[in-house]
Amino acid sequence: MIKIRSLVKKYGNHIAVDNLTLDINENEVFGLLGSNGAGKTTTIHMLATLLKPSSGGATVNGYDIVCQPAKVRSSIGIVFQAPSSDDMLTGYENLQLHSMLYSIPRHTRKQRIDEVLNLVGLTERRHDQVKTYSGGMRRRLEIARGLLHKPKVMFLDEPTLGLDPASRETMWKYIQRLVREEKMTVILTTHYMEEADILCDRIGIIDKGRIVALDTPKGLKAGLGGDIIRIKTRNNPDKISQLDFVHKVEQNDGFLVISVNNAKRDLPMLLRHVDADIAEFASPTLNDVFIHLTGRNIKEEPEGGFAEKYAKYD
Amino acid sequence: MQNTTSIQDHLAKVYALWLREFKVFLRERSRLVASTFTPILWLFVIGSGLGSAAPSELPPGVDYQQFIFPGIVSMSIIFTSVFYGSYIIWDRKFDFLKSVMVAPVSRATVFVGKTLGGMTNSLIQAAILIAIGVAIGIPFTPLSLAQAAAVVLLMSFGLTSLGLALGSYMYSLEGFQMIVSFVVFPLFFLSGALFPLDNLPEWLSVLTAADPATYGVDALRNLTLGTGTYGVELDLAILVGYTAALGAFGVYSFAKMKAV
Repeated sequence: MIKIRSLVKKYGNHIAVDNLTLDINENEVFGLLGSNGAGKTTTIHMLATLLKPSSGGATVNGYDIVCQPAKVRSSIGIVFQAPSSDDMLTGYENLQLHSMLYSIPRHTRKQRIDEVLNLVGLTERRHDQVKTYSGGMRRRLEIARGLLHKPKVMFLDEPTLGLDPASRETMWKYIQRLVREEKMTVILTTHYMEEADILCDRIGIIDKGRIVALDTPKGLKAGLGGDIIRIKTRNNPDKISQLDFVHKVEQNDGFLVISVNNAKRDLPMLLRHVDADIAEFASPTLNDVFIHLTGRNIKEEPEGGFAEKYAKYD
Repeated sequence: MQNTTSIQDHLAKVYALWLREFKVFLRERSRLVASTFTPILWLFVIGSGLGSAAPSELPPGVDYQQFIFPGIVSMSIIFTSVFYGSYIIWDRKFDFLKSVMVAPVSRATVFVGKTLGGMTNSLIQAAILIAIGVAIGIPFTPLSLAQAAAVVLLMSFGLTSLGLALGSYMYSLEGFQMIVSFVVFPLFFLSGALFPLDNLPEWLSVLTAADPATYGVDALRNLTLGTGTYGVELDLAILVGYTAALGAFGVYSFAKMKAV
């Protein structure tokens, strides 16, 4: 459905997207996971014909993003990072405007608008001005707008950025519903690990404009091998990595992150050898995968704390 | 797939974009009130105040308030139309523009829709002022009213194009303030809205002759007061020329505008 070949975007000396090659299949939910500034949005903007690539190219639904922008635009729906509807118009009027811009025939227009409003649960508020909507409702209106013309491909650029935890979960529900009911390829960018984990069939982890890993969420986590033990200790990490049941030791946030086969069995063994102030263990999360691949923690904003808590105690 | 190149489809998209502008205009009444109040203030305060000092060069039988009436109508068009360019900056700021640009809509269509929105705006304001003009004794006939409307539309098309073109290069509303100082006020002051053009010093008459608004003011003065500097045919010919050039500048600027 989407073929990306050696795609590059440079801003002066800064390389935002670095020689990206990637295939996205029909009807899959593909996640581009990366921290802020990793090149996710730039990639989406190029695929959506809003930005010209510096070199390389891509096709979307068989159309070239540089030579056939109008065809690409008719094939895609997009939800931008920030809501882009007109505040002064009602939700319904916004959808009406865009249904005309997408040349949806007059006789099916109303029915289609009602359909998408229903799909995102905004039917009751459709005649209210968008300025009276909550953040989550605005985001859902954007999704409805993106769906109007039954696109083959839907881009969701950080669909839950800035939403509170409850609205985020509601949003997930709607995204899962649209995947089920509308049958389309979805490309979602996010820097929330559990969002990618829950929603995506496959995930590409993007760092500094490059794809550093590409697999199913399960595959990515399995790639780490076994469980994770996190301890806070004053002992020397070298001593720990010499233990025969330890695969790997990394440092993160003042903790040592230790890969083992089976944490339930190996943690007591470990504690015989080291003095730990705090010790905890878990099966690997995508966050661990990300740290493993990039050497950095993905979260940059306080909201990330929520995600991690969730992952730790569930 | 629909045939996206047909004229009808194109017009439907222009209509959709215009309708959005018009609805927003109707919902922001404070905008209309504020931008109509200033010209009224000029007409009555400057018109009566300076009028009492009786400038000597006015055409016979016309008092100063009546003399500046076409100028004040033009002023309202100049301000409203060029200021309309700032709405493209708002559209960009709130990402609305991005949502339009990612739709299968040509830049020229976006430009025309937006410009028609600005023209509607100007026309409504001019209509309010012309109603006031009738009240202060400006002699309008149905014909001169229709002709005046045509001049208003021509002027506002050209100046809205100018405003939108300039706005398309800008990313901040603060930057647009500069347009006000360097474009809006010169257009207004040099147009002869407030003084007769006949006995100006050489340097000033060169500048007034270069100002497109001059020909709008003169055309309206010819049509409403039966007096003017150039004659209505020449006024219209020059206005059409300016308008076409500014429209082309607008289409070109929108085509070059960055989407993100």
